[in-house]
Amino acid sequence: MTSQDAGSVGLDASKAKRPKAKPEVIYRHAMLVRLTHWVNALTIFVLVGSGLNIFNAHPSLYWGQKGDEYDTPFLALQAFDTPQGPRGMTQVGPFHFDTTGVLGLSRQGGELTPRGWPEWITIPSYTDLADARHWHFFFAWILVINGLVYLAWSFGSRHIEHDIWPTRADLRAIPRSVIDHLKLKHPTGEAAKRYNVLQRLAYLSLILAIAGMVVTGLSMSPGFDAFAPWLPQLFGGRQSARALHFLCASAIVLFIVVHLVEVVLAGPINEVRSMITGRYHVPAEHD
Amino acid sequence: MALLTRRQALIGSLSGGGLLLAGCDRIFQGDALTMSPSFLRVLAAAEGWTRSTQRFLLGGGAMAHEFKASDISAKFKANGTLNPGGEDYDRQVEEGFANWRLRIDGMVTHPLSLSVAELRKLPARSQITRHDCVEGWSAIGGWTGTPLSLLLKAAGVQPGAKYAVFYCADNLDGEPSKGGEQSPGQYYESLALVDAVHPQTIIAYDMNGKPLEVAHGAPLRLRVERQLGYKHAKYVKRIQLVSDFRHISGGHGGYWEDRGYEWYAGI
Repeated sequence: MTSQDAGSVGLDASKAKRPKAKPEVIYRHAMLVRLTHWVNALTIFVLVGSGLNIFNAHPSLYWGQKGDEYDTPFLALQAFDTPQGPRGMTQVGPFHFDTTGVLGLSRQGGELTPRGWPEWITIPSYTDLADARHWHFFFAWILVINGLVYLAWSFGSRHIEHDIWPTRADLRAIPRSVIDHLKLKHPTGEAAKRYNVLQRLAYLSLILAIAGMVVTGLSMSPGFDAFAPWLPQLFGGRQSARALHFLCASAIVLFIVVHLVEVVLAGPINEVRSMITGRYHVPAEHD
Repeated sequence: MALLTRRQALIGSLSGGGLLLAGCDRIFQGDALTMSPSFLRVLAAAEGWTRSTQRFLLGGGAMAHEFKASDISAKFKANGTLNPGGEDYDRQVEEGFANWRLRIDGMVTHPLSLSVAELRKLPARSQITRHDCVEGWSAIGGWTGTPLSLLLKAAGVQPGAKYAVFYCADNLDGEPSKGGEQSPGQYYESLALVDAVHPQTIIAYDMNGKPLEVAHGAPLRLRVERQLGYKHAKYVKRIQLVSDFRHISGGHGGYWEDRGYEWYAGI
């Protein structure tokens, strides 16, 4: 269906000669947005993978300033010896789940090994706190620099104000947008040329979540804590900050999953191409 | 060097043994990159960025947060060596460390040799601080000891000295939970002078009001509050002032540093 089909019966004589209307192409993503998007994607991939390897050195989360093997974690991925052999257990609050093979106990180099997260998700795949930290802190710097470049440009060029910050009309359209998303109905024509309200809120949340990763990450640094002791206090202590670092990362992973699903639903070739070349083929209006 | 040998062994087992590099790693090649010394050197550049930034932020001698007595962990996890053992150390335990000496030598004008009793007579500092392990856990403890700056002043640090190296009585077999390089070795650590003379850097002999237990480093352990747990050397018997530590042990300035960890452990 093309937009010309509707309401043009008999009025356009030249129409029959025209083979097929070319889709409207707009320049959607600025060079800097595209660049920082891909750097961010790679960086978050590495930070999640290396972060889970670091997590595996002490696969328990606590609330407060302190927490070690004598304290009660609210989340733990551990291996236990049972009469049926070793099992991997995931503890969430008072609940225990047998997650053998994935969490707590999984195969490392073919052998069942006690490890929080499995080898297929960590960087490097084998347990190595020292090297995982090298990965993590190098890419943490990249994340911060890339994020600052993005924010400086986005505020300076009013990208945030124009494209990301929801308008009043956007906010009023939230229920409508939720229904459209649930029906997997994607905007077309003029509406497709701007981010819809759920996109705006999702991208804003991502910016906040990344900022959250940085400040909770810094709260775990004993050096930075001496400079700003109020920072870990703000989160309820260093171990709370560590827990929030993990929960915030989980929120980012959830964002990525939804983001990728939406890309696929909205037309993966057009979407990915637009984030590489900047050019976006505006989906024609439905009849 | 042991580190490279192990990497080579791993590379061998992963390729030759036909072990599966799982999932994403087949595309991303994270393991191969990690085992490439030149790639790791690139990643390790971040340590320098972090150190410079934190040195700048902490320039004014910022203090680590000190807690209330009620915050102290009921039980404080002991990590690393839990008992150095051996004939000599066992005898020292029996003698109540009466014959333990802390030597301070190297690039100093007056080398010192002090007993624990002598240290206890010197002005002391007490602090309740949070101990942050590189593995991720934290515990809060109260520490009393002699400020290292006092000892260094008495010994007279010579110009050109840049680091204090701490030699310990324990031989550590590694810690499996950390993964990576686990070869046994004599524990040691080193600090830049700026951290060595920080007011909260003390040679502690008491923990929570009682003499240090063996598991926590009796009779003397280093406290360097603005860095991670592995810098807090236990069973300290000698402090050497040096201009360079590349000739000492593995050359990276500490037991864990020789096994791939950052020398600057402020993060």
